[in-house]
Amino acid sequence: MSFLNSLISGISLGSIYAIIALGYTMVYGIAKMLNFAHGDVIMVGAYICFFATSRFGLPPLLGVLLAVIVCTVLGMTIEKLAYAPLRSAPSLAVLITAIGVSYFLQNAALLLWTPNPKVFPNFFARTVLTPEGAVFEKTGVELFGGALRISYVTLVTILVNVVIMIALTAFTGNTKMGKAMRACSEDKDAARLMGISVNTTISVTFAIGSGLAAIAGVLFMSAYPNLVPTTGSMPGIKAFTAAVFGGIGSIPGAFLGGLLLGVIEIFAKTYISTQLSDAIVFAVLIIVLLVKPTGLLGRQIREKV
Amino acid sequence: MAELLNVNDINVYYGAIHAIKGVSFHVDEGEIVTLIGANGAGKSTTLHTISGLLRSKTGSITFDGKNIGNVQAHKLVEHGLAQVPEGRRIFLQMTVEENLEMGAYTQPNANTAASLERVYEQFPRLKERQRQIAGTLSGGEQQMLAMGRALMSKPKLLMLDEPSMGLAPILVEQIFDIIQKLHKAGTTILLVEQNAQMALSVADRAYVLETGKITLSGTGDELIHSDEVRKAYLGG
Ligand SMILES: Nc1ncnc2c1ncn2[C@@H]1O[C@H](COP(=O)(O)OP(=O)(O)OP(=O)(O)O)[C@@H](O)[C@H]1O
Ligand SMILES: [Mg+2]
Repeated sequence: MSFLNSLISGISLGSIYAIIALGYTMVYGIAKMLNFAHGDVIMVGAYICFFATSRFGLPPLLGVLLAVIVCTVLGMTIEKLAYAPLRSAPSLAVLITAIGVSYFLQNAALLLWTPNPKVFPNFFARTVLTPEGAVFEKTGVELFGGALRISYVTLVTILVNVVIMIALTAFTGNTKMGKAMRACSEDKDAARLMGISVNTTISVTFAIGSGLAAIAGVLFMSAYPNLVPTTGSMPGIKAFTAAVFGGIGSIPGAFLGGLLLGVIEIFAKTYISTQLSDAIVFAVLIIVLLVKPTGLLGRQIREKV
Repeated sequence: MAELLNVNDINVYYGAIHAIKGVSFHVDEGEIVTLIGANGAGKSTTLHTISGLLRSKTGSITFDGKNIGNVQAHKLVEHGLAQVPEGRRIFLQMTVEENLEMGAYTQPNANTAASLERVYEQFPRLKERQRQIAGTLSGGEQQMLAMGRALMSKPKLLMLDEPSMGLAPILVEQIFDIIQKLHKAGTTILLVEQNAQMALSVADRAYVLETGKITLSGTGDELIHSDEVRKAYLGG
């Protein structure tokens, strides 16, 4: 049962990585840049949801919605102010700017919200009355007489990830804007000649990625409820790794890379060593990239001739 | 005939490289006009400047009575301008039909089906392959797709950049047949070619571009018989 327990925890953690990885991979696919501030958008989303629900007493769903709206606007604003002016700048300049935006967000959070950790509420706990009349918080389901315990957070996380992946696949496959995104990621000038506004398309991509980051932030905080201004860095880096692992630029790659990374991490923690788990994750990444430099589902970038 | 496109004294630079040096020409409604010239003469640069991907430092570009010199590239499709870029530049990872749909991006969704129908009629080969990934098409089919994609928006002016490039002679004939059909159907065409023989034989008028300057102009017939053109572009 411990195996099954680890597998489910791994898939759940991996689902969070996958949702965050989508932001990295979609932005990379279209703007050909690594948005290192993406992890910190997660943190902002988590704070917004925390204050909305714990301080202002909004219901959880409204809190999440508010976080999504704020992060969507934040993502588009970052793109407009920091990245759009560098559209034709060397990629190193863009990378350094992204790192700068990341520090800016973390320090703004320090100023606004102090370094003191906030305990993120568990939205998924159910208050249950036992037949004897006692009250307790039920946070998950138990199967096989308690041998297998799955928390509600875990279930919701996996479900949300699946829904997001299906929705995004439908969006990029069937809608005009989704197809325009794919066109832009292949050839921006050709897309312009079709009448597609590349700036708008990039803006929409940032909006989607950042909105998803807010959802990922809430899910991550629900599983690991210690909220500080640097909360976003760790899952951000892991998700970036997942995006590269799956093949940066590929949406199914983000899904697969995220899940695999989560499962490998939890298995390494359970069966090998908690301290070494991150080293093991990165070792696997390096091996995969040595064998397949484009990542698991990445396409060979065709050189123009 | 009314003037559809007027390019007046444009100068285009790539950094310090002065690629187009005071070029002026015009295209009237219903004409096929060709721009011929050797490698690096500045033909593609000229087309990119008209379609807004590049900017001229001087002069003006007027299309259908409007000054388009400062209009962003993606807004020009709505004005009735379409370009088939050099090397086709189709979206290789998308299907044939998705490529065509991108050509109708600025059109209301309700018109897409009718436009697809029209383009499939012009290019039956594309219809047979509508679900195929564009990257797996043959060179000739890719050129047809690039042309079909540009026609999805029903452009007033179709600009073609070396449509015969890399194609076998039989396919070149086929592509030129299509160009003439489009012309008969009322599309105005600005054709850039290195294949001067073919281009001049279909063109109403022609301009010769040499290292960023127009050195000769005339009707297709005049140029095909001019000594200079024969020597430089038609192999004697
Ligand atoms: N992106 C660029 N950067 C710098 N110089 C360029 C660039 N693109 C074109 N040039 C230069 O501008 C000049 C004109 O190029 P252009 O591509 O317009 O020629 P062309 O007539 O289309 O040639 P071809 O028949 O080979 O396509 C050439 O000297 C070329 O080297
Ligand atoms: Mg050219």
